Parts: sequence; structure tokens; C-alpha cells
Amino acid sequence: MFCKGIRGKHVLKSESVSWVFGLCIYKFLQIYADDCLLKKVFEGSVDYLQVLDEKGSVDAALFPKGLDDSKIIEMYKFLSFTRAVDAKCISLQRQGRLVTYAPSIGQEATQIGSAMAMRQNDIFVPNFRQHGVFIVRGLPLDKFFLYWRGFEEGNMIPQSVKGLPYIVPVATQLLHATGIAFAQKYENKDSAVVSYVGDGGTSEGDFYEAMNFAGVFKVPLVMIIENNQWAISVPRSRQSATETLAQKAFAAGIKCLQVDGNDVIAVYKAVSDAIADSKNGATLIECVTYRMSMHTTSDDPTKYRKDEEVQAWAKRDPILRVRNYLTGKALWSDAMEASMQDEFKKKIDEAVEKAEAFKPDPKDMFEHLYSFMPKALKDEYDDAVNEKFWQA
Amino acid sequence: MQMNMANAINSALDAILTENPTSVMLGEDIGKDGGVFRVTDGLFDKYGPGRVMDTPLAESGIIGVSIGMAIAGMLPIPEIQFAGFSYLGFDQLVSHAARYRSRTRSTFTVPMIVRMPVSGGVRALEHHSESPEAYYSHPGGLIVVEPSSPYDAKGLLIRASHMHDTVMFLEPTMLYRLFKQEVPESSYEVEIGKANKIREGDDLSIITYGTMVNMVKKVVEKKNLSADIVDLRTINPIDDDAIIKSAKKTGKVLIVHEAPRSFGVGAEISARIAEEAIFELDAPIMRVASPSIPYPFPGYEQYYLPNEEKISKAIDKLLAE
Ligand SMILES: Cc1ncc(C[n+]2csc(CCOP(=O)(O)OP(=O)(O)O)c2C)c(N)n1
Ligand SMILES: [Mg+2]
Repeated sequence: MFCKGIRGKHVLKSESVSWVFGLCIYKFLQIYADDCLLKKVFEGSVDYLQVLDEKGSVDAALFPKGLDDSKIIEMYKFLSFTRAVDAKCISLQRQGRLVTYAPSIGQEATQIGSAMAMRQNDIFVPNFRQHGVFIVRGLPLDKFFLYWRGFEEGNMIPQSVKGLPYIVPVATQLLHATGIAFAQKYENKDSAVVSYVGDGGTSEGDFYEAMNFAGVFKVPLVMIIENNQWAISVPRSRQSATETLAQKAFAAGIKCLQVDGNDVIAVYKAVSDAIADSKNGATLIECVTYRMSMHTTSDDPTKYRKDEEVQAWAKRDPILRVRNYLTGKALWSDAMEASMQDEFKKKIDEAVEKAEAFKPDPKDMFEHLYSFMPKALKDEYDDAVNEKFWQA
Repeated sequence: MQMNMANAINSALDAILTENPTSVMLGEDIGKDGGVFRVTDGLFDKYGPGRVMDTPLAESGIIGVSIGMAIAGMLPIPEIQFAGFSYLGFDQLVSHAARYRSRTRSTFTVPMIVRMPVSGGVRALEHHSESPEAYYSHPGGLIVVEPSSPYDAKGLLIRASHMHDTVMFLEPTMLYRLFKQEVPESSYEVEIGKANKIREGDDLSIITYGTMVNMVKKVVEKKNLSADIVDLRTINPIDDDAIIKSAKKTGKVLIVHEAPRSFGVGAEISARIAEEAIFELDAPIMRVASPSIPYPFPGYEQYYLPNEEKISKAIDKLLAE
């Protein structure tokens, strides 16, 4: 319990005991003051950013430079298109034309804002719900439908999209994002990586490991937490006892911010800034949003959450507020809306048709397992092809 | 009472929670939601959030924390939402649950039941159709059980709760609601480590388990064969006696499982028969299994899984030997 130095080499003489004792106390206090003072070694706080409020008015001071109205119209179109795609997918799934589907309804601003903030060379790493990101980055829509119809061919992402395919095992992809970011730095490339994970995903060990590596290696990474308040039936409050998910960044020594995830402009600004500063290391951005729909088409949310909660979030709809902003400035009309929706319908129907024309070839299951065809596998392949048992 | 496998497992969990006050269930969405397959429906209401716990989304956490509870004398029953996500807890299972007893010479033990839906055939998304029984049987130290009927599911699960070991309880998703059967409402046990001879015959032996049992039964019935059908029920420890006895009797063995063929459970069965009964066979042992590739997307599932025709052709070939 003693601080170092208290055991001196003095030989105590009886007449000087009290003097020595006094000196000892003095020394002790001095050393204690030097070495053992209780002091604050870390303090942190998390900022929250909103630019466009629920009614559609913007905070001029926070409005990002270089974002003009034509870009906001573009945002609005992407937001609306993503929602139209979701609606189509739910309906297709109900008809048995898709397998299970995970809608992104309510979360469009987080996805569109972050994707539009990416520069052409930036790379994204999604989970399974970032449909809006794929759309902005130009994934051919028939590929998207092909994935959700249950074919690996849907994962043949064109190079130009600069993104990894959908990833289902929650949070595991974040380590790859850190690795890809490492490679950008290693090769001196001017590109950053933007990764996505849900609120539930922040509970996985891989989330912490990815963040911690990113901090140590100081890689150009923007980690987005798409906090939609639910992980299937488990509410955000049951994932972590922390007040915010953003503050987890402190444990890894990286930057952080919390953003109104239903505000496409705030998300755009936060992600643009983080990308611009990515040479100085990673940033964790918690986008606070809401999953307005079911977890997937196999889920029944009425089992675990109240409709009042959903209705309250409906007032904060990410698309409505952009529409209000645009109509407030006389930049959008009902006629424009109608013709946009017509155009969407055509585009979506064409892509669905193309995806539904796809015919799988069972040989492809075998031919893409290794860079070569091992003899042992070739035997199974021949067997399968010769027997054609699947044509039964 | 008529129960499907989901009902039967629910009924077993109910019995365990009532009988053993130290037992708790933990997992993702097992509470209010009743599990993504509704297997735990009603248990949250009956036993409360203190015993039927929704956890943070973390499989290593679910299994690792359960191991701690077990060491401390509780009976944890963790659920992993799909077997494909148990791999995030693989280290806890293989490095800890499988080893605690042996590395401490039984001073520390890990009695727990790790439940998870396994196997495919239900057009699920990627990673939702895994058959991990070989992985979990391989290290030794984990008991691996996979029922094929509601009756067995309930009895095996209750038996697992009375053992002092880690039991991997693999529940074939496809069988949760495939058929109903008369299942006692009261508690009963089905022995772990003992295969079930579900049909007696002389011409060949078919050794199988899990999702393939019903398919094999159908084929044998349609072809009106005199065949032994052995449903393993427990993968590890394997019921050597049942397998060898049947192989010696019929002299012809077909092994059928859904998991990939290479390095699978079929290889183990085949080796044991070769070691114990090779001179009593009158044909090479045959395997019908999925190809040696990871479980494909649902659009390819029909080309991947063993089906009735494939089993039937294999039987014809074997009988012609
Ligand atoms: C490792 C792993 N465990 C479990 C699952 C099953 N599962 C799929 S999504 C999900 C909830 C994810 O919640 P969150 O991270 O908040 O993302 P959200 O679905 O809300 O977008 C779960 C448990 C999975 N896909 N991966
Ligand atoms: Mg979520």
C-alpha cells in the first residue's frame, strides 16, 4: 500500500525518532502527491447532428458546403426509389417470387446520405439491408433481384460499384472493412472504406475487434452504425447499457459522432466530413433511425412492439421531410412525383423481368469452389451431371 | 397429444424449466418473440425474463456466458438462432465446453444444452441451412444429438437435461412442422447414444439421421424393400453396436445424410463398418450425401440436396451388387 520510496535507509536512533517520523510523514505526503494523486485521465463526449428537421427546415449554419438543390433533388429521387424497390420486393415475396427479404423502409436517409457522400473511389462494406447504398452506387437492379431470388449470381457485383456483396453473419464483415482500409493506406490510395452494421451487430466481438484494429492501424475507415432501434425483436436498450452506441469509439481511440439517421443531409455531412478526415484515422458514426417495417418477410413485429412507437417514428419519416423542403422551395410538384413514380415502376419491372428470366446451371455450384477442379470434386461433379438427378 | 417437433421441443423445455430451478434459457429473440421458429413460444410468459432471456446479439457471448453459468452449477440452455451462426461461438465450444472436463480430470464440468436449428430444405437465405454435426463431433467432448421425430426430440432433450455434459442439440428446421405424432404431455427420456431401428429387413441396411430419415423411409416403403433403417439420433457418441450388427446381418450398407459427403459422418460410419465387419459385407459401402461444397443459395438447393430419386438409384445399384 505504500508508495515507492517510503522504505528509506535511515537507521533510526532513539533520540531522533520523532524527527525521523515527522520527516517520513512529510516524505510520504510529497511522494503521494507526486505519484498517487487521483486525477482524470480521460474525458469524452458525443455530439449529435441534425441539419434538416422533421418539418423540412434546415439549419443554415450546419448546411454542408457544396450541396445544392439539384443534389437534394437527386437525394430525394434515390430515397423514393429505394422505398419503391422495397415495396416491390415485399409484394414479390408474398407471391413467392423472392425468398426471404429484409426491407429498409424508414432507413433510407442513412443509406442514401452515406452513399452519396462517398467519392467515386471509396469502397463500401454492407450487411444485408443496405439496398439504398447499392442503388446509389449503381448496382444493376436485376442483380439485386437475383440475390433476393436466391442465386449467387446476384452477388456478381460489377467493379464500378466498389462494394462487397451482401453479408449475412452479423458484424463479421467489419473486419474485412478494416482490412480493405488497411490496403488503401498501404497502397497509398486516395480512397476510404465505409462499413455498415446494425445496432444489434455492435454487440458482436467482431465489431470491437474491427474498431480496435482500425484505431491501432489508423486506417481510412468510416464505420456506420445503422441504429434502427431493433435487432429482430430485441430493442436497442437490450443490446448495450451505454447511452449511445457512438461512444463505443472511445474504447478504440477513434473519432465518433451521433447523427439523425432520418436526416439525409446530416448523414451526408457527417460521412463526407469523416471521409475527408479519414487520412487521420477512422470514425464511428451512429445514425439514429427506425425500422418502420418487419425485420424480414418472415417476421411479425406486432409480437414485440407497439404500433404507437411505429406511428411516432412515422412523423420523422426521412423522405417526407425532404419532400417538404423541396415543395417549400417550389422545387417539387405532384405532377413531378407522379411521373417519377411511373418511371420507377418501369425500371423496376424491367429488372424483375430480367432476373426472373435467369436459369441456374447446377454446374456453377462446382466450378467456383476453387481456382481449379480437384479430382475428388470432379468425381462428384461428373456423378451429378451424368445422373442429372436434379431433373427428376 | 399430437405434436409437431416444434411443439415437442417446447414441451420438453417447459418440463426442464419446471423440474430444474437452476435451468435458464438464453438466446436471440427467444423471449417475447418466442424464437424465430416459435419453438420457445409462451415460455417467456410462463417463466419470466429472469429465466428466458433475450441476450445481446453475440454468439460467442451466449455460449461463453453459458459455460460460466454451467461451471457455477446452473443448467444453461443457450439457443443459437441458426447453426450457421454458432461458428461465431466455435472457440467457446471447441476450446472450452469440449475440454473442461478432461483438462481438469472432471473437477470442472460444463453441463449445458446448446440448441440450434440445422440443415436445409426450406429455401432459406445464405448461412441458414448448415449441417455442423461433423464439426461438433470431431473434437470429442461434445455430445451431438439430432432427432428426426417429435417423440424423440422431446425425450432426447429431457435426457440431455439430466446429463452432466455439454449436449449439442441439433434441430432440423425442415422437421419443425413437417408432421405431427403422438407425444406424451408428461416428462420422459429417450436414451442418448442409442440409435433407433425404425424398420427391420434383410436385404440392406440404411444408416441415416436428421432430415434424411423420413425421405429414406418413404423410398423404402415405395419400393417395398426388406431393409433395416437405422436412425442414429445421437451422432456422437455413435452407436457402434447398432451399426455393426445391422451391417453384419444384411451385408449391404447405404449411408444417407444431408451434410456434404467428404469428411462427414458417413465417412466415420463407413470406417467403423470396414474395421469391424468388412469380411461380412457383400458389396462396397455406399454414401448418398450432398456434394462436397458449402450449402448453396436457395435457388440451387434442389440441385444440391439428396432427394428420393438419388436415394432410390443408390439402393438399386447396391442391391444389384
Ligand atoms: C452472427 C449472426 N447471428 C444471428 C443472425 C440472425 N440475425 C439476422 S439479422 C439479426 C438482427 C440484426 O440486428 P441489427 O444488427 O440491429 O440489424 P438490423 O436487422 O436491425 O438491420 C439477427 C439476429 C445473423 N444473421 N448473424
Ligand atoms: Mg437494428
